[in-house]
Amino acid sequence: MTDLAAVLFDGVVYSSWLFMMAAGLTLIYGVMKILNIAHGSLYALGAYAAASLVGAWLAGGHPPIASYALLAAAALAVGLVMGPLLERGLLRLMYGKDEVVLLLVTYAVFLILEDVIKLVWGVESLVVSEPYALPGNFSIGTLAYPVYNLILIGAAVAIGLAVAWGLYRTRAGKLLLAVIHDREISAAMGINVDRMYLLTFTIGATLAAVGGALTAPTIAVSPGIGVEVIVLSFAVVVIGGLGSLGGAALGALMVGVVRSVMVRYWPEAELFTIYLVMALVLIARPKGLFAAPEARKI
Amino acid sequence: MSRDRTTVALAVVCACLLAAAPVAPQWLVFLLTLALAKGLVVLGLVLLMRTGLVSFGQGLYFGLGAYAAALLGARAGILDGLVMIVAGIATAAAVAAALGLLLARYRDIFFAMLSLAFSMILYGLLVKSSALGSTDGFNLHAKSFAGFALADGVGRRVFYAAAVIAVFAAGLAVHRYLASHYGRLATAIRDNELRVEYLGASVFRIVYANYVAAGALGGLGGALAALAVGHVDPETAYWTTSGEFVFIAVLGGTGNVLAPFLAAGVFEAVRTLASQYAPNVWQMTLGIVMLLLILFLPAGLWSLVAKKRAGT
Repeated sequence: MTDLAAVLFDGVVYSSWLFMMAAGLTLIYGVMKILNIAHGSLYALGAYAAASLVGAWLAGGHPPIASYALLAAAALAVGLVMGPLLERGLLRLMYGKDEVVLLLVTYAVFLILEDVIKLVWGVESLVVSEPYALPGNFSIGTLAYPVYNLILIGAAVAIGLAVAWGLYRTRAGKLLLAVIHDREISAAMGINVDRMYLLTFTIGATLAAVGGALTAPTIAVSPGIGVEVIVLSFAVVVIGGLGSLGGAALGALMVGVVRSVMVRYWPEAELFTIYLVMALVLIARPKGLFAAPEARKI
Repeated sequence: MSRDRTTVALAVVCACLLAAAPVAPQWLVFLLTLALAKGLVVLGLVLLMRTGLVSFGQGLYFGLGAYAAALLGARAGILDGLVMIVAGIATAAAVAAALGLLLARYRDIFFAMLSLAFSMILYGLLVKSSALGSTDGFNLHAKSFAGFALADGVGRRVFYAAAVIAVFAAGLAVHRYLASHYGRLATAIRDNELRVEYLGASVFRIVYANYVAAGALGGLGGALAALAVGHVDPETAYWTTSGEFVFIAVLGGTGNVLAPFLAAGVFEAVRTLASQYAPNVWQMTLGIVMLLLILFLPAGLWSLVAKKRAGT
């Protein structure tokens, strides 16, 4: 029983982390129809920024409790700088091209940012584990767990609720839903679609950076961390249905729990099962679990 | 551009490459073999792109071809290069024939993502199977080619010659195919597949045929690359490898069967130079070139060649 609870808990922690990534990815796709490969780099940038900021803070002998605020600040800074930079500076030039061409554009951005990260931070890995160790442990049965995992789950739930509230309960969110539904009609109705794109991409980028910043204390931040993340979050959003926030949450839970069950009982099959689930879902529901129906244009 | 010109160009280029086989320096032979092997994979990708489909999972067939060739030596003890290549093609084509039944129903980003998922399944299997060397992979060493024993140092030149001949055969076949009735329908599918269906052609059949052909070419490229390198590892099936193929395809453009090989040659040359002089900005260079291409040269390097011809 303890065993099962532990596996499930691990799964939920992993799902929370996945969801933070997937929420941004699916939001950007929903509004802009861009499947953003560079999302993985934004995640990595968030992790690096957080690790070096917190590292510098702690090296100065300041109280470690403030490092949580720094994690958040680092993520915000990355999102607010990189989001507008990429959207205004590059993606704006590409609107109107095929979805697949836009996929290639973000792939190019991903390649560039991978090297930028290496140039700025070098190839050594950064380890800043204080925020992870600080809150101590709690136990499930006989197993001890870091409290930090609860913070991760809390953050994911908070982000999910905040995005859902913003999307369905605020004026800006409703305008955004209109843009998602039909970009041209929305523009004709006087919605500033350009600004909506900027807003969406910045929020999406910030979510990726938050995911990275919150993960930074739990791992050794090193080159290449964005590479694996991006295909995993692709799997999550494709399972849930591109553009669906609820789908991303369900996809994250499915992938997270399947992974932790596999890691426990059949570790050889871990990676392979995740993509098998993705393939099976796409076979059964070609557009994912929660994709909105679309009119076919002739 | 007439059909004959491309055929002649293909024949001349391949004859020159073949003539260079005994005399070219060892490093050049190696580099060209890799470029040609990748060019073959990309040729398959171009076939798919003609129908408007971009596969982010050609690494699946590249990896399958490489592992099939290598396993034949390691498990069955068959060490003939030609047999290994045939095994690579056959394995990849068989898997493509099965997966194609499913994938040929998908379009756009969903096609890209599902093919990515399949290649990652193979990657996941290879990485975790300790019998196949996990992340390290294992070595292969062909002792003969088509029955003739390979002396030391000659092997790579023979594989190179085999790659040139394969390029000629595949290039000619694909060129003929593209100029045929079905080949021309591919572009029509990209533009509007519903209308193609109304006209009475089977979209599924054409996409399926292109997919299987692309898989076979991927297996061929993978087997050749494995023979040339003498080593296989799971990286061959990872999504960044597939991304590389997509990059080369964009670099060359889909206008002509020679374009993938031109692009693969440029790609390998630039990579070799970059890894020597600027290893830290190699990916950045790739990314910037890709953005510039998408913005200013959407039809790829080949459009420069074609434009020049049209001008004269």
